[in-house]
Amino acid sequence: MTGTLGKDLLGLESLTGDQIRLILDTAEPFKEISERAIKKVPALRGSTIVNLFFENSTRTRISFEFAEKRLSADTVNVSTAGSSVSKGETLVDTARNLEAMRIDMVVIRHSASGAAQFLAERIHSNVINAGDGTHEHPTQGLLDILTLRDRFGDLKGRRICICGDILHSRVARSNIYGLTKLGAEVGVCGPRSLLPNAIDEFGVRIFDRVEEAIEWAEALNVLRLQFERMTAGYIPSAREYNRVFGITRERLDRVKRDILILHPGPMNRGVEIDSDVADGPHSVILDQVTNGIAVRMAVLYLLAGGKPELAEAAKGGAGRGREPGERD
Amino acid sequence: MRPILLRGGTLVDPSQRLNEIGDLLISEGEIRDFGRKISAPDEAETIDCDGLIVSPGFIDVHCHLREPGREDVETVATGARAAAAGGFTAVCAMPNTDPVTDNQAAVGFIVRQAQRAAAARVYPIGAISVGQEGKVLAEFGEMVGAGAIAVSDDGKPVASAHLMRTALEYARTFKIPVIDHCEEPTLAAGGAMNEGIVSAHLGLKGVPAEAEEIMVIRDILLARLTGGHVHLAHMSTRGSVELIRWGKERQINVTAEVCPHHLSLTEESVRGYNTNAKMNPPLRTADDVEALREAVKDGTIDLIATDHAPHHYDEKEREFADAPNGIVGLETALAVIVTNLVEKGYLGFSDLVDRMSCTPARIFNLPGGSLKRGATADVTVFNPAARWKVDPSQFLSKGRNTPYSGMTLIGQAACTIVAGSVVYRSGNSARGRESTKRVRG
Repeated sequence: MTGTLGKDLLGLESLTGDQIRLILDTAEPFKEISERAIKKVPALRGSTIVNLFFENSTRTRISFEFAEKRLSADTVNVSTAGSSVSKGETLVDTARNLEAMRIDMVVIRHSASGAAQFLAERIHSNVINAGDGTHEHPTQGLLDILTLRDRFGDLKGRRICICGDILHSRVARSNIYGLTKLGAEVGVCGPRSLLPNAIDEFGVRIFDRVEEAIEWAEALNVLRLQFERMTAGYIPSAREYNRVFGITRERLDRVKRDILILHPGPMNRGVEIDSDVADGPHSVILDQVTNGIAVRMAVLYLLAGGKPELAEAAKGGAGRGREPGERD
Repeated sequence: MRPILLRGGTLVDPSQRLNEIGDLLISEGEIRDFGRKISAPDEAETIDCDGLIVSPGFIDVHCHLREPGREDVETVATGARAAAAGGFTAVCAMPNTDPVTDNQAAVGFIVRQAQRAAAARVYPIGAISVGQEGKVLAEFGEMVGAGAIAVSDDGKPVASAHLMRTALEYARTFKIPVIDHCEEPTLAAGGAMNEGIVSAHLGLKGVPAEAEEIMVIRDILLARLTGGHVHLAHMSTRGSVELIRWGKERQINVTAEVCPHHLSLTEESVRGYNTNAKMNPPLRTADDVEALREAVKDGTIDLIATDHAPHHYDEKEREFADAPNGIVGLETALAVIVTNLVEKGYLGFSDLVDRMSCTPARIFNLPGGSLKRGATADVTVFNPAARWKVDPSQFLSKGRNTPYSGMTLIGQAACTIVAGSVVYRSGNSARGRESTKRVRG
């Protein structure tokens, strides 16, 4: 089934600003469902969704699963351990076998860039990219943007800096594409060895020093530092990273403005971000987690063909975006 | 063997500055005569070449025929037939087979398989190092005795400057070129495409142009040091062209090749994670393509070679980073060059024949490359104006991995003659490819 977003959600690079706003607007009414005592609506009743996770993930997988269950979809989780993947089955065979079981959607997390697109081109089911290699993580980008929008309203002209390992970050790419399309000014800050060589062509501001980034930004999205970057020779040590690039209370206090702090998690406290910043008054890190479920519900709903204007009604029980009063 | 009269084609042979309409008579495996209105013996087979170009046979100095080891992907026989269908009368097979072609017996095996195939000639290239492991020199002398015409560790770049130095020195005894795949291994490690804006967008690890260029200048300097002949495989960057120019200006013994895909496609082809646009070296930028076209025009890059690299469908049908490098090229090379270099004014047909026949024969000291009387009758007849749509299912190669699938290209082999025997003719071959329309001119 194909809705206003097309068949799949593979990344934010291929979406228009209007499509991104549509997802965010659709997420708004879904936020409330998670606040209810009975956190369930029948919008995706009868839909079958497979969460296909080829890479470890805790919060993204759980967030998707909650989103699916709160929309009443039937879900199956497949992770690499214990599946035929570990027996050497190819991605395309895995996908075709799942499809032969007549599923409606696949949520895929994979270590290879392009894996979600590869799958989407080969099966009829809707495909949602839950992170592909170092390419994109669109629902993370969307939940970051929703969280920023909650605080800032219109993002046009807002200054948001992404700090850390931009080179290897799918979160960074999705944020850059999404925020740029909504008119925000985007900056990046990190050691040059962790920025793509072609970063100049992304249309973002580049800060070599985190102090300059803080001086400029209204919000910082602080990326997790992967420890394998040290052994691969990109940077010397976590200690020096914290000393030079860490987001610390001291650095934030040098500017007299409030700066919103985001982090996609899981955090390395004391490395890329200090605890008193992560837990401080301007941190919206847990709001991101909450918003993650609403954004993923919106994406699932829209890809299933749900009508955005009926999202409010769908909460009541119209299911799959049908006209209210229409019979099952 | 019946004599063959190729009647009324345009004879294009830069080795003797020939470019005129005429007949060509072949008998006893040699070019017997050429010119206007040649009289042929009664038993001669006459092939009408009106509107076609008759040239010395194309020679591809760089292809992968996968035998022994991956006969499911290509064999010497299927590769030799694919070569003939592409207008090649001879190809040189790289030694990264399994086991590696690093000894006399392995070289002899390929020679025998090629004789049995009776299509294009196949010349083995021996490995530089035993097992292509970059440690111990392979037995160049024994391999040359068995039929090897050059040495290379292609696919596994020679990381050690010391090994490259000794290979260049040692090869001088046998007067063979040492072919290098220029890639600085630590800089290229894990790379799947050109490093640049496209790799940054796609989230794929890139290989910078400098990974090639560092090794290009290393090899040129080692050729200067040793006086050996280094032949640089599949050049892909503007910087490499500038470094080769620098070397040639100093009379250093360096030659170089470029592949049709690096002369026609850019990194943009990778978008969508197209594994048929994945090869090593990777497709680069439009600026690199322009520099390479100019270099093949002005002779800085000596010749065109395919780097024909068949892979199984299943191996390419996977995540981009995990897919193997390489595309097939034997059956599209001529058309890609006509379409992208001749039609666009970089090369005349005489230049094309020089870069695909005369120069490869001269640099690698191979028979052919000329239509002179008495020369070996390795001849290619091609239609310079035939337009055809690339349909990989029609390839004689077992490989189907091409980025040109579905494209309409110009130029097609009509007849391929090796040692006086027709080994390929369009229209009546096993492939059943549509007979091309002949165009006057």
